Amino acid sequence: MISRITGILLRHLYLYQRSLVRWMELFFWPLMNLLLWGFLTYYLRNIEMPIAINYLIGAMILWDILYRSQQGITLSLTEEFWSKNIINIFITPIRTYELVIALCIIGFLKAFMTMGFLILISWYLYQFNLFDLGFSLAPFIGNLILFGWSIGMMTMSLVLRYGNAADAFIWGIPFLIQPISAVFYPVDVLPPFLKFCAYALPSTYIFEGMRTVLNEGVFNISLVYLSFCMNLLYLSAGAFYFSWMLRRVREKGLLSKTSIE
Amino acid sequence: MLKQIVEVKDISKYFGTVAAVDHISFTVWPGEVLGLLGPNGAGKTTTIQLLLGLTTLTHGQIEILGMDIKTKRNEILQRVNFSSAYISLPSNLTVYENLVVFAKLYGIRHYRNKIMELLEFFDLLHILNSRTGMLSTGQMTRLNLTKSFINDPEIIFLDEPTASLDPEVASRVREKLKKIQIEKNVSMIYTSHNMNEVELMCNRVLFIANGKNVLEGTPKEIKEKSGSLEDVFISIARATNFQINNCKDERL
Repeated sequence: MISRITGILLRHLYLYQRSLVRWMELFFWPLMNLLLWGFLTYYLRNIEMPIAINYLIGAMILWDILYRSQQGITLSLTEEFWSKNIINIFITPIRTYELVIALCIIGFLKAFMTMGFLILISWYLYQFNLFDLGFSLAPFIGNLILFGWSIGMMTMSLVLRYGNAADAFIWGIPFLIQPISAVFYPVDVLPPFLKFCAYALPSTYIFEGMRTVLNEGVFNISLVYLSFCMNLLYLSAGAFYFSWMLRRVREKGLLSKTSIE
Repeated sequence: MLKQIVEVKDISKYFGTVAAVDHISFTVWPGEVLGLLGPNGAGKTTTIQLLLGLTTLTHGQIEILGMDIKTKRNEILQRVNFSSAYISLPSNLTVYENLVVFAKLYGIRHYRNKIMELLEFFDLLHILNSRTGMLSTGQMTRLNLTKSFINDPEIIFLDEPTASLDPEVASRVREKLKKIQIEKNVSMIYTSHNMNEVELMCNRVLFIANGKNVLEGTPKEIKEKSGSLEDVFISIARATNFQINNCKDERL
């Protein structure tokens, strides 16, 4: 089992040895985001907005953790379609859960590297220290990575079913979730219907929790607990959806057909 | 007593109401090379996908190495492999890195020696550190074959392994394949549209048309009964097209 998981990990880690584009995906785009939000925050701070405006930078960094975690999983599988290697992978004795574990580890590594980089930059440029969130940071990050994995498994299932034609979902679905997750503003500003949707997402509780820590210095453990319970549900749903989709793809003989609209 | 390596019993695969494979049965014996022949769309690739468990059966049973593909797929995949002209390896990894990945996926312990031995056999040692995307078609074909021998398979599925190669490179690939097949006594299921190649490589052939098994025998037997393999192939392909066109006319 370890050998097969290592095989998948190596297949993706080798890519980073020579690919500038892949390093850009981890550092350049998140940096551009941070610069945009960071300087906006800096400006708002200088015109004497409340100190809570700091959470924009924190929210941006935490959002990126979720996003990289989802992308790490889905893009790794999509990469196999792009390189026409998907059949080679599926004819090895790797089990579905081993493949999913390997892809989740890749998602975690990507999220972790990007987060470390963004924490350093935000501290240097904006004197924003994400560690001000204290010990709450660990469960916040953990929950966001778990939710990233859940979304990743769902988008990965679509890639499996629709091949390259599902590329738009990989980037699109996280941005469908972002406005409802109340990443940059409290849930209260959302209309009632969207509030209901927001509370159905584990990520919402994390961003609300982050704002509570930054505004009031209070760590609300029940928010983290709620988020974790929901994450367990979403992860189970994601795993179930992935294995169901894999069965359907096998029934329809679609693994070798990579661009079905 | 010899036991069959592959036993395919009355398998069918339907996509909706269309039968891609329609009640096919055959066996493969240890060390045997079985040619799976037929015109485009005959059902060869679907048959191979069913044998590899990439597609699930609608009906019938497949036993490989004495195990049922439905229940022991992973155990079977540990001992078989596949190469096709239509699939590739990640172009941004080097030849060596690609082989390490697959050695790990098959759980090969001392993989460095195994990789070197295979690269030497397929004359690829000099491009060990080249990026896969920079290889010529001939080198890529040999790398695909190297990958497919990484786990010392007892049976290997080769889907048009020499397609798109020039005659000289194709001939070298065939020689290598024949040599390794004899040395390691590997069984093979081989598809090709090149009938000369089929005659050189296969001990027995199975013609498929419209998903059905239409003719089976050694190349010699078929030639004695029905003329050259090429003539048989063409007549089967024409008969298939005729049937398809008739069906279309009836629908119209």
